[in-house]
Amino acid sequence: MTGTSFLETLYNTRPGRAVARRAGLADPPKLRRGRTEPTGHTALATLPGGGVGAETLSLLGIAPSTALVDVPEHRTKDERGRDVPPAYSTRPGALVVDATGVREIGQLELLRQVLRPAMRGLERSGRIIILATDASAVDGLEAKAVAQGIDGINRTIGKELRGGSTSNLLFLTEGATAGDLSSSVSFLLEGRSAFVDGQAWRIAPRKDGDEGTTGADRGAPFAGRIVVVTGAARGIGAAIARTFARDGATVVAVDVPAAGENLSAVANELGGSALQLDITADDAGARIARHVASIHGGDTKIWAIVHNAGITRDKMLANLDEKLWGSVLEVNLAAEIRIDAVLLDRDLPGGLADCARIVGIASTSGVAGNKGQTNYAASKAGVMGLVWAMAEELADRPITANAVAPGFIETDMTAAIPFVSREIFRRTNSLQQGGQPVDVAETIVHLCDPASGGVNGQVIRVCGQNLVGA
Amino acid sequence: MVLRNAVVVGGNRTPFTKAGGRFAAASAQDLLTSALDGLVARFGLAGQQMGQVTAGAVLKHTRDFNLTREAVLGSALSPHTPATDVAMACGTGMEAIATIANKIRLGQIDNGIAGGADSASDAPIVVSEALRRAMLTASRAKSVLDRVKAFASLVPADLIPVPPTVNEARTGLSMGESQAITTRKWGITREAQDEMALASHRNLAKAWDAGFFDDLVTGYLGVTRDTVLRADTTADKLAALKPVFGRGDDATMTAGNSTALSDGAALVLMAEEEWAKEHGWPTLARIVDTQLGAADYVTGAEDLLLAPTRAIPVLLERNGLTLDDFDFLEIHEAFASTALATIKALEQGGVGVVDPSKLNVNGSSLAAGHPFAATGARIVASLAKMLAAKGPGSRGLVSICTAGGQGVTAILEGI
Repeated sequence: MTGTSFLETLYNTRPGRAVARRAGLADPPKLRRGRTEPTGHTALATLPGGGVGAETLSLLGIAPSTALVDVPEHRTKDERGRDVPPAYSTRPGALVVDATGVREIGQLELLRQVLRPAMRGLERSGRIIILATDASAVDGLEAKAVAQGIDGINRTIGKELRGGSTSNLLFLTEGATAGDLSSSVSFLLEGRSAFVDGQAWRIAPRKDGDEGTTGADRGAPFAGRIVVVTGAARGIGAAIARTFARDGATVVAVDVPAAGENLSAVANELGGSALQLDITADDAGARIARHVASIHGGDTKIWAIVHNAGITRDKMLANLDEKLWGSVLEVNLAAEIRIDAVLLDRDLPGGLADCARIVGIASTSGVAGNKGQTNYAASKAGVMGLVWAMAEELADRPITANAVAPGFIETDMTAAIPFVSREIFRRTNSLQQGGQPVDVAETIVHLCDPASGGVNGQVIRVCGQNLVGA
Repeated sequence: MVLRNAVVVGGNRTPFTKAGGRFAAASAQDLLTSALDGLVARFGLAGQQMGQVTAGAVLKHTRDFNLTREAVLGSALSPHTPATDVAMACGTGMEAIATIANKIRLGQIDNGIAGGADSASDAPIVVSEALRRAMLTASRAKSVLDRVKAFASLVPADLIPVPPTVNEARTGLSMGESQAITTRKWGITREAQDEMALASHRNLAKAWDAGFFDDLVTGYLGVTRDTVLRADTTADKLAALKPVFGRGDDATMTAGNSTALSDGAALVLMAEEEWAKEHGWPTLARIVDTQLGAADYVTGAEDLLLAPTRAIPVLLERNGLTLDDFDFLEIHEAFASTALATIKALEQGGVGVVDPSKLNVNGSSLAAGHPFAATGARIVASLAKMLAAKGPGSRGLVSICTAGGQGVTAILEGI
């Protein structure tokens, strides 16, 4: 951690904040977090041909209200005689737009009609969730173009919403049902998705043999399941471990031997176990399996592995030697591939279970590139490529592989960025603030949820809809 | 009565540091608690009730009367885990292990943790005997005047705190001075001592580099490796050191071939063999047998630190073994000359010849340091891991000398 600069100290005083506000740097909205549902009602707009949205909310035990529709006859006049859209009598906490039946350009107007009353009508940390059919599951040029058009709407309203509200889009591929969708809708409605904004990902039918059900215990879905988290001694890794433990998992916390002191504190706090291991060791995968089988019981298998361990060795490419280059790719990408290959052996005691979850950590640097981070961007974009390829390779096994791509997250690492740059990075997203480690953790835990078998081969950005690479 | 088997499941220790170094502010209890928490994390024991935890420290404050119990209460273990302290000078850790092993073998407990901690940095400093008597008299006095009178006989020197010593109560000699007598008596050369010190550093450094301690040590207070260890030491550097124990030209014991005063803690997790297997725990090695020995050193007939040479023959005979039957020999390096004199005495006594290639192969106290009560568990945890790698039926012998002319020895067998 670097020391606090004079400017930063001044900025954080009361007069300093007042000046900053005048200059347009408003205090960012406080986000609703954790397993908390919206306070207000959930409005549902079922556009023609839809229906899966209503079914999904029913599975989640939510009785929706009917969304208001902005058509001329519903408008009223304000005191200056201007048309105003219909207004909700009580602010909804969320609006679910079921656009799964929308195929024509003209039908996009229906989205406008239901979105307009919500744009300034949602409560703070409100949610807009759009459901659409994936381009791969519709016929015709227009329908495919329309599918992508809906994402344009999603990304834009993410930027226009205020007060910590977010908009996200779920694309259903061929055959996806409410049961495949419910876990993601629950995640988006709850505070768990606080820093996920303007994103779109695909929901596919859960694979044969996927043991997850829609009725998974929403309090402790991981009870009796082993989750391995690498890089768990501190920062985002420790937050991931804590969030899994909150939801009932037995956590195997892995980190380098030199981090053992923090690592054992995390493991003991969570009632899990600690494994001191350099993940780049040739036998790292075997040692993880041996630890799981010998500490947590011979028949125990791993439910999920989260490849969180990562390093940065930033230098402009003009100054980058083979050592700094290699170490980053080795830790952030190569180790992960080797470990998965070992753990995917069906006969390995302490390996991955038949039905399992794999999560890697990408980065907005991998999505968009970042000055001084060629090595890091290569490794993180590589993680994205890896989970796409794994999802294909594991098509016939009920194992999902996904990644999250964090944006600016408040950690020791980002605290070391000079103040002015840091304040710029942290504010250049739709939520105008940095994310917390727990935001990344919540998304990872969601991807590993027994009920999230429908999410496979996806990269979800946890970036507050960062302008970079959006 | 059918005895059960006590097995070593694993171990954990803090790195060892030089006294007055990075652990200077930590008490023995802090160190023991840290080692315990690392062990609990490694084996996922948070919140669990263990059969018993037994440990001790040589340098104990009066507040440490319940050292191990306090460490348990400060750890992540269930508060229902009972704990006891044992004391046998530098043999404390090994004797604690013997205690737990015996209870497991008798069926009194299914699992337990044993070891010890010492902080030479935080050794108790006491008041002078004259001041202590004056304070006692004053506390009994009935009037203010009598109370003042009680202190009247004191001279300024009586007010100076008395730092701890490691002198033998009956000979008045320090450990080093006692060993200097042994060194000369057994004709242990400077070269042989330095050679042993060099091997200790090289072996320990190699083990660290190979990741041998990845699952045996948990960092503490930012220290992640033994700080006594000098991976880059050479025969020349060791030869250049001035003798610190013994007098005259033939003084051979230097700071390089004697152990440094150090801080640290070490523990071993043990369980009954079948119980361990049922619970899927690793079973590294059986604690086959242990034996104490004591020497008549006060009269000068025997050596202060060679008591293990009385215990080893008894132990070998009871188990029908010879020194040749062992794959690893762990002879605690209190001083290089102690280990060398022990080997020479075993040879001359007809017990057997020590094969140097089997001796302290991953380093010992000269390189690791010697926080007195922690040494037993350091040795046993490392040895058990070596035996497990060597395979079923492999054997290791442990020999630890202690103050008071005693020794504690043990046989471990790989599973």
